[in-house]
Amino acid sequence: MSEHPGHSAHTLHEHIVPVSTYVAVFIALMFGTALTTWVAYHNLGRWNSVVALIIAVAKMLLVVLFFMHVKYNKGLSRIVIVGGFFWLGIMITLSLSDELTRRWEINPAPFNMILPYISHLHLLF
Amino acid sequence: MSDLAVHEHEANPTGFAHQFEDLEQQHDAGRLGMWIFLATEILFFGGMFTSYTIYRSLHPAAFDIGSHLLEVKFGATNTAVLICSSLTMALSIHSAQTGKRKGTIIGWLIFTMLLGATFLFLKFRFEWYHDWLEHIMPGFGFVYRPEWGANGPQVQMFMCFYFFLTGLHALHMIVGLGILTVLVIMAARGRFTTQYYVPLEISGLYWHFVDIVWIFLFPLLYLIGGRYSTGGH
Repeated sequence: MSEHPGHSAHTLHEHIVPVSTYVAVFIALMFGTALTTWVAYHNLGRWNSVVALIIAVAKMLLVVLFFMHVKYNKGLSRIVIVGGFFWLGIMITLSLSDELTRRWEINPAPFNMILPYISHLHLLF
Repeated sequence: MSDLAVHEHEANPTGFAHQFEDLEQQHDAGRLGMWIFLATEILFFGGMFTSYTIYRSLHPAAFDIGSHLLEVKFGATNTAVLICSSLTMALSIHSAQTGKRKGTIIGWLIFTMLLGATFLFLKFRFEWYHDWLEHIMPGFGFVYRPEWGANGPQVQMFMCFYFFLTGLHALHMIVGLGILTVLVIMAARGRFTTQYYVPLEISGLYWHFVDIVWIFLFPLLYLIGGRYSTGGH
């Protein structure tokens, strides 16, 4: 294919992540692990799950961006990555929207959940 | 065949394959292919994460009890072990990128393999084996405990999720160890240079992905379940 099969085709121009960045990410990941373990022993009610998942997502982003070099990648592989998570989102959202709406009673459950927050709205009018 | 092999060897001192415009395109293509595979892996594990989410929402109490059957110290240690292995994997690629001698690349790869083996040893020897001894391994003499009350079947389901999720993850680790073995052989043969390290890079992507799966499994299985409470005991 190449019109110029000279030395240029055999030269790679990749961004080399410095070791210091890897070590910094490593320390952050270890800190995140300690933090998520520590938080789990404190009663935050429903927020325990939320905090655990936020920390997990933060750790994932660190691994993806730096260890997996996505921060330095070109567009195409980024599209694939975002696509993968987008499909995962579709799977989880549609599965849950089915499952969580199967046991509706006279007042749909989700409506009951938001009722306390909207029941005073008529006072505005 | 041998003529062709010799010719290829002479023409491709850097592992450059002729169908590509240049090394950079070859590198990008390899990386893209691995990411497409990993996208299918996201959905592969995602299916289990989705069913886990649904059943946790249906049986929160039973899942809390189940979570308390697991030992946080092993889960946390293994998380740390995997993060270390991700660092050593990244450093092996870094050694190739910066033209370190092949012994350095092999050293980091073997260090990564040892950490991976440590993870599996802890998982099987100190977790699965004890679960089996304590009769909380579904299919292998699972016994309901009286303190679980009516939650028994759902606790067993949690343990099913635990064994399938960690089992599939462990399977990926074992495959990863196989891939790393191949990389060690390739490195020993001097296949990697500053210009050609695609196999290292995309195997690294796989290894880091398996790490990410564990980063989610650890809180989902071991932590979310009210470690602050007694969990129904």
